[in-house]
Amino acid sequence: MIRALAFLLTLSLPAAAQEVIVSGLSQSRVSITADFDGSEILIYGAVKRDAPVPDGGPLEVIVTVEGPSAPVAVRRKGRVAGIWVNNASVTIDSAPSFYAVATTGPLTHILSDIDNLRYGITIERVIRAIGIASEADRAGEFILALLRVRTDEGRYRVLEGKVDLTEDTLFRTDIVLPANLTEGEYKVRLFLLRDKRVVANQERVIGVRKEGLERFIFNLAKDQPLIYGLVSLVLAALAGWGASAAFRLIRV
Amino acid sequence: MQLYLPIAEVSVNAFLILGLGGIVGFLSGMFGVGGGFLITPLLFFIGVPPAVAVATGANQVVASSISGVLAQLRRKGVDFHMGFVLLAGGVVGSAIGVWVFDLMTRLGQIDLFVQLSYVIFLGLIGAMMFQESVRSLLRSRKANAPIRRAHVHSWVHGLPFKMKFRASGLYISVIPPVLIGAAVGFLSAIMGVGGGFILVPAMIYLLGMPTKVVIGTSLFQIIFVTGFTTVMHAVNSQTVDMMLALLLILGGVIGAQIGTRVGVRLKAEQLRILLSLLVLTVSIRIAVDLLVKPSELYSVAPLVLP
Repeated sequence: MIRALAFLLTLSLPAAAQEVIVSGLSQSRVSITADFDGSEILIYGAVKRDAPVPDGGPLEVIVTVEGPSAPVAVRRKGRVAGIWVNNASVTIDSAPSFYAVATTGPLTHILSDIDNLRYGITIERVIRAIGIASEADRAGEFILALLRVRTDEGRYRVLEGKVDLTEDTLFRTDIVLPANLTEGEYKVRLFLLRDKRVVANQERVIGVRKEGLERFIFNLAKDQPLIYGLVSLVLAALAGWGASAAFRLIRV
Repeated sequence: MQLYLPIAEVSVNAFLILGLGGIVGFLSGMFGVGGGFLITPLLFFIGVPPAVAVATGANQVVASSISGVLAQLRRKGVDFHMGFVLLAGGVVGSAIGVWVFDLMTRLGQIDLFVQLSYVIFLGLIGAMMFQESVRSLLRSRKANAPIRRAHVHSWVHGLPFKMKFRASGLYISVIPPVLIGAAVGFLSAIMGVGGGFILVPAMIYLLGMPTKVVIGTSLFQIIFVTGFTTVMHAVNSQTVDMMLALLLILGGVIGAQIGTRVGVRLKAEQLRILLSLLVLTVSIRIAVDLLVKPSELYSVAPLVLP
């Protein structure tokens, strides 16, 4: 009896899982090779239902893609003795290197603040910055600046209305990954919403890795820095000597 | 053709980098300088992170200096004694420079520090070179001008630890060359340059070395100092991008060949005026960046964990 009740409770927790996401990715790994120039990922899926379409508002879909997070320093320039120098800085504990939110409609219309807070959907909810108020005056502006700078770089994107939803069942969206990609695990999250509330969600992972020559050079530089430095020198020396030899050959 | 740089973690146009290397190679072949002072700021402009630009610039200078010193060796233009003394100072200076570079990176002031170094040193050297070459150009026009003595005795010659430098025909204390070497090593680590533009005037005016051995000896010392700097940066901060360096070197090699051919057609004074104008332009360009209010006051950098 208790078990049955517990079962019912777990079922009803994510707003009675009557609708379940079935999703697919056009690729589950991205290889950064020497000629890497960004990549486009197709995220698609369908809504599986055991019962007829529930009552309530129309179905909405949000897809987020989140790159690996790292602490960053945001610095502000100020005029000191006539020149512009960094004179204030704030440490953000964790900010994703890439973040894209694609939706079927305007975020304010389809997502409630409570669920945004609970699931951490918009970029403001993903960045963790605790205790920055003591680090600089007007600390909030540093967060806005971080969002602005990274949006300009194409790292943070809000793609409202870029998820196509067909017959409340099939959805798809394309997310463009920029050329200046950091490697790591990229988290893809899919949310189904009704009446501004999340009714189902799912998480998938895309692995982004340097491959081939890029992998080799990067590993060598990190694992064997001394050997890497010496190899760089030998290559430079060979190139210099080769140039000199070729130069003489052409002149004579 | 886009190319992803494994260490800088940016995607760049390979032909743009080849072209940059080529232009700088052209200028370095024409003027006989390493070209590091041009490569590093140019890399800043195309979006390579400053730390990677500085370390990779040093690696590129190694290649162009080796190419140059081999040519000078055939002309017997290298004073090895002087080279080794300069080098002793250079290694110490470079080690201090890499340490300061690391410290400044952690404090978040590395950009300012590198930019200020560029403005001050390029500005000073450029202005001095410009003034000197204009004067000598005017003097060569006037036939009855007094001849300047190549070698003047000064306080430099009163210092202890004297040593004979045969190829330069000098008998002077080792202290000034060691100090000059250290200063150049320091700048090389901070600015990603070879330091030829400082070393050459210092050897002529402070040490009184004959011009024919100055360029070769300067290149000889620069090879080792920039080589040492490259390895230090690779070990300390992993900021040498091999792929970027190879592209720059490849472009530079081709550019240098063309540059040298154009260079021999110009007069020495004209060359020096052009070089000083170039140095001054780079210096002013960076100074403007510091003085004009930037359009974006904020910058974002991955935090370097201590």
